[in-house]
Amino acid sequence: MRIPAGLRRAGLPYLLLLPALALELLVHLVPMVIGIVMSFKDLTRLHIGDWGTAPWEGLGNYRVTVDFDAPVGATLLHSFLVTCAFSVLSVGLCWLLGTAAALFLQEDFRGRGLLRAVFLTPYALPVYAAVITWAFMFQRDNGLVNHVLHDQLHLTDGRPFWLLGDHSFAALLVVCVWKTWPFAFLVVMAGLQSIPKELYEAAALDGAGMLRQIRRITLPSLRPLNQVLVLVLFLWSFNEFNTPYVLFGKAAPEAADLLSIHIYQSSFVTWNFGTGSAMSVLLLLFLLVVTAGYLLATSRGRKHADD
Amino acid sequence: MRILRAATITATVTALAAVASGCGGGTSPGGGSDDAPGTLTYWASNQGPNVEADKKILGPELKKFERRTGIKVRLEVVPWPELLNRILTATTSGQGPDVLNIGNTWSASLQATGALLPWDKKNFDAIGGRGRFLAPALDATGAAGKDPAAVPLYSLAYALYYNKQMFKDAGISEPPATWDELVADGKRIAKGGKWGLGAEGGQLTNNIHQAFVLGKQHGADFFDGSGKPAFTSDGAVAAVKQYIDFMAKDKIIAPGNAEYGQNQSLRDFATGRTAMVLWQAAATTFAADGMKPDEWGVAPVPVPSGTPGTGRQTNSMLAGINIAVFKNTHNLHGAREFVKFMTSDAEQRLLNKTYGSIPPVTAAQRDPAFDRQDTRVLRDTLTRSATPLPQVAEESQFETSVGTAIKDLFADAAAGHPVTTASVTARLAKAEQQMAQ
Repeated sequence: MRIPAGLRRAGLPYLLLLPALALELLVHLVPMVIGIVMSFKDLTRLHIGDWGTAPWEGLGNYRVTVDFDAPVGATLLHSFLVTCAFSVLSVGLCWLLGTAAALFLQEDFRGRGLLRAVFLTPYALPVYAAVITWAFMFQRDNGLVNHVLHDQLHLTDGRPFWLLGDHSFAALLVVCVWKTWPFAFLVVMAGLQSIPKELYEAAALDGAGMLRQIRRITLPSLRPLNQVLVLVLFLWSFNEFNTPYVLFGKAAPEAADLLSIHIYQSSFVTWNFGTGSAMSVLLLLFLLVVTAGYLLATSRGRKHADD
Repeated sequence: MRILRAATITATVTALAAVASGCGGGTSPGGGSDDAPGTLTYWASNQGPNVEADKKILGPELKKFERRTGIKVRLEVVPWPELLNRILTATTSGQGPDVLNIGNTWSASLQATGALLPWDKKNFDAIGGRGRFLAPALDATGAAGKDPAAVPLYSLAYALYYNKQMFKDAGISEPPATWDELVADGKRIAKGGKWGLGAEGGQLTNNIHQAFVLGKQHGADFFDGSGKPAFTSDGAVAAVKQYIDFMAKDKIIAPGNAEYGQNQSLRDFATGRTAMVLWQAAATTFAADGMKPDEWGVAPVPVPSGTPGTGRQTNSMLAGINIAVFKNTHNLHGAREFVKFMTSDAEQRLLNKTYGSIPPVTAAQRDPAFDRQDTRVLRDTLTRSATPLPQVAEESQFETSVGTAIKDLFADAAAGHPVTTASVTARLAKAEQQMAQ
């Protein structure tokens, strides 16, 4: 039987997509589904040897994780709020620093290439090496940070702890922003290349100053790019794991207890994969809602701007 | 489409948990066969200064084993931070080594997974019987009343290391035998930038080891007879408070030690900033930091009465490495032969000597290498006054929850917040609630 030409033409793109789809299923969706299945099981050390035998828990794991009066739920909520604050600050700072640096480096001047390379170093360094260096710098007694802040500048009364207690949030934020802002810098820099020079020339003829040019030409032109950049930065910082893990070890201080670390603790360290999966699924749902909401809101905004 | 992709990115965290337990999952029910009699895979823990050193030390021994039995051993040295996760992954997938080293505190937890070959009488007889091993070391091979999940391989205990010159400068002639003496000595030394005692406040396992021993001395166990956590008993609270008070009240530990987690306290000791540390076999580390062997002395860890013994005079947790056989091995006979080889008198002498540990095989302890000033203290502690950590399946949870509680209390003390019986009880109560999940 011959397949009608119309159907053949319509089917071709799907056929070409098939390998990608199969891999997508294998790499992303299958583990996700398994994770979701696990979240309904009582999967502890007694069953990991043959986890098909783990008893079904129904919604038990979820009930434990969202019971905010009990310790498990309460610490999860705390960790969630810490992560939200951390993500908002981290995304904001990364974007601000990246955009500012990219704008300054638009002008052609001697040493621009060198500066660009220097700015990108944190992004190119291996995470572990970079973060462990920060961990040493943040040490209370022998660290560089306290040496500068306390011994040289006399800004603090005593030597503060940076890796313990409330200051750990600031320490974590500094390291994460330091590590991630070059990405924002790189993306914005690439975006700036695509803005036609004529626009600026025309604006300059009309008497628009530097700030006005940025506000009226640069930022609107970067809008689609920023939409993606902010989303990616947000997802990265919300799921940040390596930095706090290297900085604080297995037990992050309460002030810097990010969700990924918290979930890792609740599953790997305590061998309770059911609860850990339930938390992961909740995190996934939250991020889905945020992402969908964000894309809807920003896309609609763009359509209005296009009118 | 973009939403879908973004969603899948966010799934990484889910995948983290899922991948580890998702791929595979095929433990064959009976476990163990003799399908592949010619080879063995062995995961060794990192006992030497680094992984390469371990390969050099174990390589010739494995060749010796091959010459005797014709079995080729594929060696992989797994660093400590990865070892437990690797074992968990192997357990989940059923794809693991034939023989492996485990920290002896994990024995009961791993026993509960059912992934390790139980050492019943028949298996033990194949390697010369239980009687060859030190009794307390056998206690650290699994839950009481069950067949051990592993066999003791290297044993270690805590000792008090002190800086001879700093003691002399302060006019102290003898190392302290009781805690009162230790605090008094510490106070005499702790001035002008020097400190009495070092601690590793950010290292959860170390916190647990110290609190466990002090708990024993206060007549408290962190788990009751039925294996339920009992962190807030008077004795447990007093033990933890005593440890924190070395910093908070006695001020013989430098506040900065609250954040130490990478053995900085050993460095401080080697560079003459602190006069004492409580540690297991620290000799090689001191040497690496440039301290000569005659500059430090070793004494038993203090006890209330001054004479270490059992019960309330316990002065060390029984630390060490066990060797286990993975239940799914395809070379059961060879695996048993290999364990027999590794626990033979000759190998025990040689390997423990090289690694600075003490053989859990009593016959091997008679070597003069275990009768030097430092090893004698460790050996005597092991045989007379060391007790294994609670052999319960929740051991790793215990380490995390109580270890974190102590870390937080150290942070309080370092920041100058008062540490009271009430505040210690509150932290421990929180740790106990976390165990209940």
